[in-house]
Amino acid sequence: MYKKFDIFDILVGKAEDPDYGNKPVVIQGITGNFGSVHTRLMREYGTNIVAGVTPNKGGQSFEGIPVYDSVKDASKNFNVQISGIFVPAQFFLSAIKDAVNSGIKLLVAIPEHVPVRDAMESLEYAQSNNARIIGPNTPGVIVPSVNKIGIMPSQPFKKGNTAVFSRSGTLMYEVSFHLSRAGIGQKIALGIGGDPINGTNLIEAFDLISDRDEVDSVVVVGEIGGDAEESLVQYIEKTGFSKPVVAYVAGRSAPKEKRMGHAGAIVYGNYGSAESKISSFSRVNIPVAKRPAEIPSILLKLMK
Amino acid sequence: MKLLEYQGKELFTEYEIAIPKSYLAKNHSELSQVADKLRLPVVLKSQLTVGGRGKAGAILKCMKKEELEPKFTELLNKEVKGEYPSVILIEEAVDIYKELYLSLFLNRGKRTYSLISSAEGGMDIESVENKVIQDISITGLTQAIAESIGKNLGISGVTAESFSNIVIKLAKLVREKEAELAEINPVAILRDGTCLALDAKIIIDDNSIFRHPELTKYIQISELQEQAEKSGFSFVELDGNIAIIGNGAGLVMSTLDIVNDAGGKPGAFLDFGGRATTETIYKALEVISKLKKVKAILVNLFGGIVRTDLVAQAILDAYKDGMISVPIYARISGAESDKAKQMLSNSNAKLFDTVEEAISSLVQYIGLSK
Repeated sequence: MYKKFDIFDILVGKAEDPDYGNKPVVIQGITGNFGSVHTRLMREYGTNIVAGVTPNKGGQSFEGIPVYDSVKDASKNFNVQISGIFVPAQFFLSAIKDAVNSGIKLLVAIPEHVPVRDAMESLEYAQSNNARIIGPNTPGVIVPSVNKIGIMPSQPFKKGNTAVFSRSGTLMYEVSFHLSRAGIGQKIALGIGGDPINGTNLIEAFDLISDRDEVDSVVVVGEIGGDAEESLVQYIEKTGFSKPVVAYVAGRSAPKEKRMGHAGAIVYGNYGSAESKISSFSRVNIPVAKRPAEIPSILLKLMK
Repeated sequence: MKLLEYQGKELFTEYEIAIPKSYLAKNHSELSQVADKLRLPVVLKSQLTVGGRGKAGAILKCMKKEELEPKFTELLNKEVKGEYPSVILIEEAVDIYKELYLSLFLNRGKRTYSLISSAEGGMDIESVENKVIQDISITGLTQAIAESIGKNLGISGVTAESFSNIVIKLAKLVREKEAELAEINPVAILRDGTCLALDAKIIIDDNSIFRHPELTKYIQISELQEQAEKSGFSFVELDGNIAIIGNGAGLVMSTLDIVNDAGGKPGAFLDFGGRATTETIYKALEVISKLKKVKAILVNLFGGIVRTDLVAQAILDAYKDGMISVPIYARISGAESDKAKQMLSNSNAKLFDTVEEAISSLVQYIGLSK
């Protein structure tokens, strides 16, 4: 298990820090197709990207950002704790090890199609070095109006006090869009990832904000597959988590034993079924929206 | 990737897990080639990926040679949950003293592997009683741990030795072939006390296939599926007549649910993933155009980065090229949506501001067109 992890401290810092909201970030895979596009967009949003990494391209630069062969090399010049990982899946494990070995504490793992075995090994490696992985197969994490590490568009997100945790990328945007339009801004929106193994699961995501007073509510976007939602409900019961929570579960009408786009979205028997998740939430009186568009009104009613 | 039983058993043979003597036959000429070698009685097992074969009558026992041909024909023509077999496994029946249950699976919540064992095997795991679930390390499964698992099941002597051997070999298989699940249900204890795998259910991590060229021969996908995957899409064919296209697995699943709630019947799930360009939309429509049962297409695209006028252009191109003729109901959020609406105004496609509006209009159309 992870030790207590202060994600806001790492991501944006404390108000008295000279680099508050401006924490340095390294992008692994910066010269790739995806990496380069999103490096530009993250920068536009205000993320302080100080270095990039692409093996064998050390010494080059990308739009003024120096590129190194490894995070190890980059860390000789910059004191970075955050990495955005955009490498192809087959290089994922080595990218994680390079980052963790170089003192990175928060690894936002974008790649899809990472083998389970590599994800598990990455996770063990990170945990034993007190580093935190978000993902893989995540859209990333955004602190609206401050910075974002990931591939999410910025328009749907507005600054505020709700936390959005989602197993699906596009639904995280969709739900945040509906929230923002209803005047409910977000303190943080974080993608758990669509894979079977998540570096930060729903429980750990809740743990990130459970004692933050400025977070006044949580929207959890689940989907079929696995038992993350059921475990979350047990955690909520056990810890007496008291902030208002609204849930949504995608895939009520999905057939069994078919992988619905995400590697992790598959139902076997009752294991992973939407009914199981919805009845878990209902058991602890957490309202489950039928459609993403319903979420804001349900949340507003709870907050009254 | 879920392996067929015989494929799983090929892996068992590779890992020296005992299985009954068996033959494969795809058609009658192959059956007649093996018929003389068989020692009756035999069990004919339809090779399907769906579960519940026993209950569905897709496993038949043959006591006499005359039964072979008609039962083989029966199985080849038998559909189970929409699936027909392409091959039948013919296994020599064994003399079973007792049946056990054994499986190893990726426990997602705990982020480790778990082992389930039970002294009562043979039925669906959800109805298996007295099962023991324990976390194990598939890299560090020792002889002592394997033996203790057998002990808990109340077996001893030759049987205990044979069973713990299977546990260790199964863990090795899971580790080396990167399986998410390996289930033997049942493990049969024979009259001589040794153990044998009577069934095999193995699911390989799709994302690890690039490391396992030896497993690619087991990949079984439809032509359409293959075409979709080559373009980087996730595609699942469903029973209904409405094709649903979007960017992101969660969003498309969510759309499926809303369509279903509104009384529509989804016929295809297509997630074209990360970036939506004119080309990806066009290719997605191309895949859908091959599904003759589709009466209407719903596009739900959450943009931000995507330009909706480019999506509109792809739709216009698909109509112009005669690739599709059915109406498209689209909800596309993103830049330039007024321009996109204007572009589509004289086509068979309609743009809506919300997915709910698009769906209610679509379902009404499907209702009228019946």
